[in-house]
Amino acid sequence: MKLDEQTRGDFPILQRIVSGHPLVYFDSGASSQKPRAVIEAMSEYYERSHANVHRSIHTLGEEATELYELARDAVQRFIGATSREEVVFTRGTTDGLGLIAETIGRTLKRGDEIVVTELEHHSNLIPWQLVARDRGAVIKAAPILADGTLDLAALDRLLTARTRVVAFTHVSNVLGTVTPVVDIVRRARSVNAITVVDGAQAAPHMRVDMSALGCDFYVFSAHKMLGPTGIGVMYGRRPVLDSFEPGRGGSEMIKEVWIDRAQWNDLPWRFEPGTPPIAEAVGLTAAIGYLEKLGMDRVAAHERALTRRTIEGLAAIPGVTVYGPPLAVDRGAVVAFAVDGLHPHDVAALLDAEGIAVRAGHHCAMPLMRRLGVVGTSRATFSVFNSPEEVSQLLTAVAGLRASL
Amino acid sequence: MSQASSAPNRLYSDVIRERWRRPRHRGDLPGANAVAEDVNPLCGDRVRLMLTVEPQGRIAAARFVGDSCAICTASADVLAELVSGRSRSDAAAVEVGDVLAVLQAEIRPTRMRCVTLPLTVLAKALNGGRGA
Ligand SMILES: Cc1ncc(COP(=O)(O)O)c(C=O)c1O
Repeated sequence: MKLDEQTRGDFPILQRIVSGHPLVYFDSGASSQKPRAVIEAMSEYYERSHANVHRSIHTLGEEATELYELARDAVQRFIGATSREEVVFTRGTTDGLGLIAETIGRTLKRGDEIVVTELEHHSNLIPWQLVARDRGAVIKAAPILADGTLDLAALDRLLTARTRVVAFTHVSNVLGTVTPVVDIVRRARSVNAITVVDGAQAAPHMRVDMSALGCDFYVFSAHKMLGPTGIGVMYGRRPVLDSFEPGRGGSEMIKEVWIDRAQWNDLPWRFEPGTPPIAEAVGLTAAIGYLEKLGMDRVAAHERALTRRTIEGLAAIPGVTVYGPPLAVDRGAVVAFAVDGLHPHDVAALLDAEGIAVRAGHHCAMPLMRRLGVVGTSRATFSVFNSPEEVSQLLTAVAGLRASL
Repeated sequence: MSQASSAPNRLYSDVIRERWRRPRHRGDLPGANAVAEDVNPLCGDRVRLMLTVEPQGRIAAARFVGDSCAICTASADVLAELVSGRSRSDAAAVEVGDVLAVLQAEIRPTRMRCVTLPLTVLAKALNGGRGA
C-alpha cells in the first residue's frame, strides 16, 4: 500500500474543510500535523500519570520520570546515538542552537571564527551573532554555488586555525539542499573546530545516524516530525558535552548547591535546567514510534517521489521558477518556487482559497533570499500523509494563478 | 480557479486587483523632499514613499516604489492618492480605516500588516524623512 493511503486516516486534522475544499497541507516544513497516536499518548499522560520528574517520590512522579526518560531512549535509538547521555531535551531547534551557542560562546576569545553557510535559518545565525558580538568573535559564511549546493572549495578556504565552530544546516529549509555532513565534519575536524548541525529539516524526513555523521552537535524539533510543539533534541557527542560547562542554570542540572557555587549534575541532565517538557516528551516517543513503524527509508522514498513530481510539474508551467538543486542531486522534502508577476504572499493566499496550505515569505533565511535576489518565495513541503493526487491539485492551482489576480 | 474564485474575491477586491495591475502612483518622484522606507519583518516586503512638500506644507505629489504583495501595493497606491494635495497635518491624520474604505476588501488579521506598512512609512516621511 502506498504510504499516504496507509497514513491518511491517522491524521484527524486532514478531515478539515478549508475554503470549501478538503485541506491539502503542504506546510509540514514549518510544522507537521500530528497522528492520533501522538495526540492520544499526550492526553493519556495528562489523564493518568502527570507529575514533575526527578523530584517527586510518589507513584505519579515515578511514572512521569519513567515516561520522560523513555523518550530519551527512543531518541537515542532513532538517531543512532552511542549513549542516552548524549540526548538532551530542549524546547526546539532554536532553543538547542541557542544553548549550544551560549555554551560554546563562553569559551570563545577575541578573533575566534565561527563558520556558517549562506543556507542558514536565522536560528542558526542569530545566536552566533549574539555570542560573536559579546566575545569579539568573527562570523564567516560559506557561499552556495549557482545550483544551490554548498561551495566546498570556498568552505575550505574559510577554515583556519582560528575556526572554533562550523555550524551548518543538514537540509536547507528553502532550497532543499542536502549538505555533505560527513565531508564537512572531516574538514572541520582537520582544524579542530566543533561541528554543529541544524537537523530541523532532516530528522523528520530521512534516516539520520549520529555514528555515521560524526558531528559534535545535532539539533532538531519534535513538531516538524509529527510530534508536539515545545520539545526538541540537542544531541551532543559525549566527550564534547563533557568538556563544556553548562550553558544555562537552574534546578535539575545540579547535584549540590551553595550560595556562591554549585556542583553540576551528570549528563544529560546537566544541560536540562528546570521542569522539562514532559507531556511533549511522551508525544515525541509516540511520534518516533509512528515513524519507525513506517520505516524512515520508506518515508524518504515517498517524500522524494512527491518532491520530484512537484519540481517536474512546476517547472513545466510557464512563468514558474523552481529554486534549489537539480533533481539529479539529493534533495529534501522542500520545493520553493515563484510565479512570475505574483508576490509569494498572494500565491499563498490564492492557494489557500483552494484549500492548499503552502508557506510564503523569507522562510527565516533573509541572507539566502538576498543571495537568490528575491524578497521571498512560495514553498511546498511534504510529509508522510501527502499524496501524488494532492501534488496534482497544487500543480493545477498554480497553473491557474496568473489569471486570477 | 473558476469554482473557487469567490473565496479570493473577498480578499482581493476589484480595487486591489486594479491597483495591483495598474498602480497609478508607482514610480520615482524626482525632487521629492520627504522620503522614507520601511520593511515588514514578517514577509520582507519593502515600501518607499516619496513626497514633494511645498514650503507652505501642502503635499504637491506622492509616489511609491517597493517590493510588495498585491494588498500592500494597493494600499500604498491608495495612500499616495489620499495624501496628494493635502496639508501635512491632514495627511498625518489619514488612518488605516480610510485606506480600507477605499480597498473594500475583507483583510484578514494576518494580512493587516500589508495594509499598514505604507501608513508607517508615511508617518516616517512626514516626521522628517528626507533625502534620497
Ligand atoms: C532549518 C531550520 N532550522 C531551524 C528551524 C527552527 O525550528 P524551531 O522553530 O522549531 O525552533 C527551522 C524551522 O522553523 C528550520 O527549518
